[in-house]
Amino acid sequence: MEKVMTAVDAVNRVKRGSTVMIGGFLGVGAPQQLLAVLAKQMINELTIICCAADYPHNGVGRLISAGLVKRAILSHSGTNLEIEARAAAGEIEVEFIPQGTLAERIRAAGMGLGGILVTAGLGTAIEKGKRTIEVDGNSFLLEKPLKADVALIKAARGDHAGNLVYHGAARNFNPLMATAADLVIAEVAELVPVGEINPDQVMTPAIFVDIIVQTTGIEGGIK
Amino acid sequence: MKNDNRARREYIARRVAQELKDGDVVNLGIGIPTMVANFVPPEITVIFHSENGFVGIGPSPQVGEEDPDIINAGGQPVTILPGGAFFDSTVAFGIIRGGHLDIAVLGALEVDAQGNLANWAIPGRSGPGMGGAMDLVSGAKRVIVATEHTTKDGRPKIVERCSLPLTGGQIVDLIVSDLGVLEVTPAGLLLKELRPGVTIDELQAKTAAEIRDKP
Repeated sequence: MEKVMTAVDAVNRVKRGSTVMIGGFLGVGAPQQLLAVLAKQMINELTIICCAADYPHNGVGRLISAGLVKRAILSHSGTNLEIEARAAAGEIEVEFIPQGTLAERIRAAGMGLGGILVTAGLGTAIEKGKRTIEVDGNSFLLEKPLKADVALIKAARGDHAGNLVYHGAARNFNPLMATAADLVIAEVAELVPVGEINPDQVMTPAIFVDIIVQTTGIEGGIK
Repeated sequence: MKNDNRARREYIARRVAQELKDGDVVNLGIGIPTMVANFVPPEITVIFHSENGFVGIGPSPQVGEEDPDIINAGGQPVTILPGGAFFDSTVAFGIIRGGHLDIAVLGALEVDAQGNLANWAIPGRSGPGMGGAMDLVSGAKRVIVATEHTTKDGRPKIVERCSLPLTGGQIVDLIVSDLGVLEVTPAGLLLKELRPGVTIDELQAKTAAEIRDKP
């Protein structure tokens, strides 16, 4: 089963109107090449799930600036005035979720949990429409799993089977998103034969990864 | 004026640093809180946590030696110290939520006498969003607000009751401003310390909540 393909072939699996999870934190660990290629396609009406809106021409900001996003579920947009302008114009609907809750909701979807109980957001506007559950006298908000049609992720190193290794703080949301989407597309900076990665060092097992794209370096690096 | 502004910010950062204890795991927010790392007393070791996925934040790298994959939560290039570790976002927030983070230091738009904090939403704007702030204030063992005492146009940031959307309810333990240090107690704000040269009358005049003096 060959998983390696070009960025264009991979990105064309994303359908108009899909929900797409995108790894990265302010562009670090974002699949820059997949995003750059996707931004050139007319695959729009996307719902994106990501940590932050990154910058206008970096990370998920590439999709926002290209006008492909109708809804964004994220924790922070302060670095990208483009999304704020589009939200003010009614082009993009924005939903903010506390960052740790966002990560754990994605993990819950990937790990088959029915929900998670958290204290983040208690006593704030985030409570609205959510159930509060008491456990041993402590109050928690019930937060539901969050999954997607497609995950676009980035790893420093991957083998032809799809085993992934991340570098530095570029790991962030990538391994979580790899577990929580129907189709997982991983962009890797270095592609190696199966067996090159020590099984002890694998951070995302290959069974979670459907498609592998090797970064060509063109628009693949970070800012 | 510029020097004065810098001195006031440095007072806040230096004073927050005095609250840290040897071995503490600490998360610093962006702005003044980030400056706290420059004033850690040399006799103690503190482990800085970054919610984008590591513990052991080191100093800024030399120009040309930046690793593009190592940034702090504010997006600036940093380093990782020997003994540090990288992890994914669920572990980063599990550290916060699970009681493994001793202190979170955050800025404020408003903070009130009940320990409520507002620092994530501005009416009329869609953003900027809370980032990790709600998780930090609800999970950290101790929450310190490091803030200038008033807004740029002179309005009090420390108030009887926050009017902006809350980041967390009754979660602030200590407020360190450029005028002094206030502890949030069940009976309201208690004066712990005045910045040298500041009088209690000035502090009270610039605060929109009652301050009790040290007994």
